[in-house]
Amino acid sequence: MAKVEAMMPWKDVPLGGTILEPGNARKFKTGDWRSKIRPVTDKEKCIKCGMCWIFCPDMAYTHREDGYFDWNGDYCKGCGICAKECPKDAITMVAEEE
Amino acid sequence: MTEIRFHGRGGQGAVTSAELVALSAIDEGKYAQAFPSFGPERRGAPVVAFLRVSGSRIRVRSKVYHPDIVVVLDPTLLDIVDVAAGLKPGGTVIVNTAKTIEQLRAQYGFKGRLAAVDATKIAMEEMKVPITNTTMIGALLKTAPLTTLSAMEQPLNHRFGRIAERNKKAMERAFAETTIRE
Amino acid sequence: MAKRVGMEVSISISEAVKLANVDVISAYPITPQTHIVEHLSEFVSDGELHSAFVPVESEHSAMSAALGASAVGARTFTATSSQGLALMHEIMYLAASMRLPVVMSVVNRALSSPINIWNDLSDIMAERDSGWIQVFAINGQEAYDLTLQAFKIAEDPRVLLPVAVNLDGFILSHVIEPIELFEQKEVDPFLPPYQPVLRLDPEKPVSMGAFGSPEVFIEVKKQVEEALIGSQKVVAEVWKDFGQRYGRVYKPVESYQTKGAETILITMGSITETAMMAIDALREKGRQVGLVHIRLWRPFPFKEFLQAIKGAKTVAVLDRALSPGGVGGPVGLEVKSALFGKEERPYVAEFVAGLGGRDLTVETFIEVLDKAEKYSQKQKDFQYELIGVREK
Repeated sequence: MAKVEAMMPWKDVPLGGTILEPGNARKFKTGDWRSKIRPVTDKEKCIKCGMCWIFCPDMAYTHREDGYFDWNGDYCKGCGICAKECPKDAITMVAEEE
Repeated sequence: MTEIRFHGRGGQGAVTSAELVALSAIDEGKYAQAFPSFGPERRGAPVVAFLRVSGSRIRVRSKVYHPDIVVVLDPTLLDIVDVAAGLKPGGTVIVNTAKTIEQLRAQYGFKGRLAAVDATKIAMEEMKVPITNTTMIGALLKTAPLTTLSAMEQPLNHRFGRIAERNKKAMERAFAETTIRE
Repeated sequence: MAKRVGMEVSISISEAVKLANVDVISAYPITPQTHIVEHLSEFVSDGELHSAFVPVESEHSAMSAALGASAVGARTFTATSSQGLALMHEIMYLAASMRLPVVMSVVNRALSSPINIWNDLSDIMAERDSGWIQVFAINGQEAYDLTLQAFKIAEDPRVLLPVAVNLDGFILSHVIEPIELFEQKEVDPFLPPYQPVLRLDPEKPVSMGAFGSPEVFIEVKKQVEEALIGSQKVVAEVWKDFGQRYGRVYKPVESYQTKGAETILITMGSITETAMMAIDALREKGRQVGLVHIRLWRPFPFKEFLQAIKGAKTVAVLDRALSPGGVGGPVGLEVKSALFGKEERPYVAEFVAGLGGRDLTVETFIEVLDKAEKYSQKQKDFQYELIGVREK
C-alpha cells in the first residue's frame, strides 16, 4: 500500500488490507534511501545480457528498445548487486555528490 | 433408560457390539448412545464400551458407572477385571463362557441375574474366527428387549456386507442358546 | 425430507461438509479429529463430493492452504484438535485479518504436556483472541447444524470472517447417537454457493496479506473488530432463518430452568446436558437452581448473557481450561468482566474441572452447585477452585 494513500479512515481501508491496484509499489520511491553511491554502466563493455535488471532487488533498471538497460535513481538504494553480478564488469559503483 | 457396559479385549469388537445395538435401536425410533472408553487402541488389552438405550432423549454423557447390564466378551477377563463393579441392584451379568451358570457363581460369586453363552464356540463354528461381538449381541437381546433381532439386520448388513449372514446366524444362535438364571 | 439416523457425530460433520459442497478441504490428521477428514477423503475419492482434498504435511500448512484456497474464492473447510490447532496459531490470526471465511471443526482436546488425547477446551481457548467466530455444540445434532450454518455466517458479505465450530473430543465426536440428516435439496436454498467480495483473480489482480505499516495496521484491526462484533447480528439472522426452515432454534445463550433460580450454573459444550440432569435432580429437592449455556463464545453476547442470569444471587462458572496465574479460566474471566461495574451483580464462584478428559458426572455438577451456594453465603473471597484434584 502506497504510504500516502494508506492514511485513510478505517472504514475506507480495502477489506482485510487488500491492495486493489496492481503494481502500486511503484509509487513508493525508495531511491532517497540510497547510500551515496550509484552504479554507472560502461556501454562499451555491456553485452545487454540483462543480469543487472534480473538481480536488482528493487526496480532500478528498465529495458530499453535498443537492448540496453537504463538506471532509475527513484528506486536504486546503491546496494551494488548489479555491479557484483555483471559478467563483463561493465558496472562500477561511483560516489555521489552530497 | 438402560445402561450397558461391555468388557472385551482390543480387537474382539466390544465397541462394535455397543455401536450396532445403538444403531438398531435408533432405527426403531428409540434413543441410544454408544461410545468406547477412549484411549490408544491396543490389541488384546482389556477395553470397555458403553451403551445407553432409552425411550426418551438421552442427555447424560458421562461414562456408565452403574450399569443395568454388563456384557463380558472374553471369559479370561473375569480373573483380571471386576466386571460387576457398580452393577445396579437387580442388574444382569452376561458372560461368554463354556462354563455353566452354577460353575460361574461358584467361582466368581456373582449375585443376582446371570446369563451365560458359549459365544466363542458359536463364533468359531459360524464364522471361523473367535470374534464374539455379534454373537454376544444375541445374548444381550435375550436378556433385555433393547431392540429386536430383525431390526439388527440392517446395521449388520451395512457393517459386514458379504459376511453379514454368518454374523446374523451367530447372533441368532446365541439368542437361542443363552441360559439365564435369576 | 430429513431422515433420522444413528451415526457417529464425527461422520455427521463430514455429511454436513459434503452438503455444503465445499470446494477445498485441506487437513492433517490428529486424534480425535481424524474421523471427520477420513470420511471426507472417502467422499472425495468415491466421487461423491467434488472437492479438492489437499493432504498437507502439517497443520500449519493445512491452515495456510485453506487460506490460499479461500483467497481465490473457494468454499474451504479444515478440521483439527489440540497440538494441531496450536500449530495453526499464527495462521489463525491471518485468516481473520485477511477476512477469509474458512470453516473449521475444532474437536476439542487438551494441550500437552503431559501428552493427553482427551477432551478439554485448552486448545481453542489459546485461539480466543484470533478474531474467529467461535461456537460450541452441546450434542451431535448441534455439531451438524452449526457446521452447515457456519458457512453461511462466515461467507456473509457483512461478516467475511472464519468460523470455528467446537465439539468436544471423544465425549461428543466419537459418540453414536440419533441425528437428523438433511437432503441436498433441503440445504441448497439455505446455503447457496459462496460469492466472494474480493478474490485473487489474474483478470483483476489484487494483493492479499501484504505489509501493513503502523499508518494502516490499526485501521485493518479495527475493521476485523467491527466485523466480529457486527457478526452477532448475522449469526442471529442465520439462526432465525435456519429455525424457520427446519424447526431447530438456536440462540447465542440458552437458559434451562432459570425461572426463579437463585443459583445459575454456566457451562459451554457437551457437558451441558449432563449438567441439566443435575439441575433437574436439585429442582426435585426444591432447590432454586438453573443453568445457562453459552453457544456463541466469540463475539461474546454480553447483552443476552446478562439478561439470562438476571435475578440470580449466585453464578457458578464451570471452566474446562486454565489461565494459570489469572482468575481461573477464560469463561470465568469473561463472566466476571461482564458483571464488573454493574450495580447489582451476583456472587461469582469459578470452578475449573474436566481437564484432560477427567469425566464429569451429574454428581460433579451437584458438587459444584453445592459449593457455589456455600461460598456465596460466606461471600468467600477466592479466585477459583480446581474440582477433583487428589490432595492425598
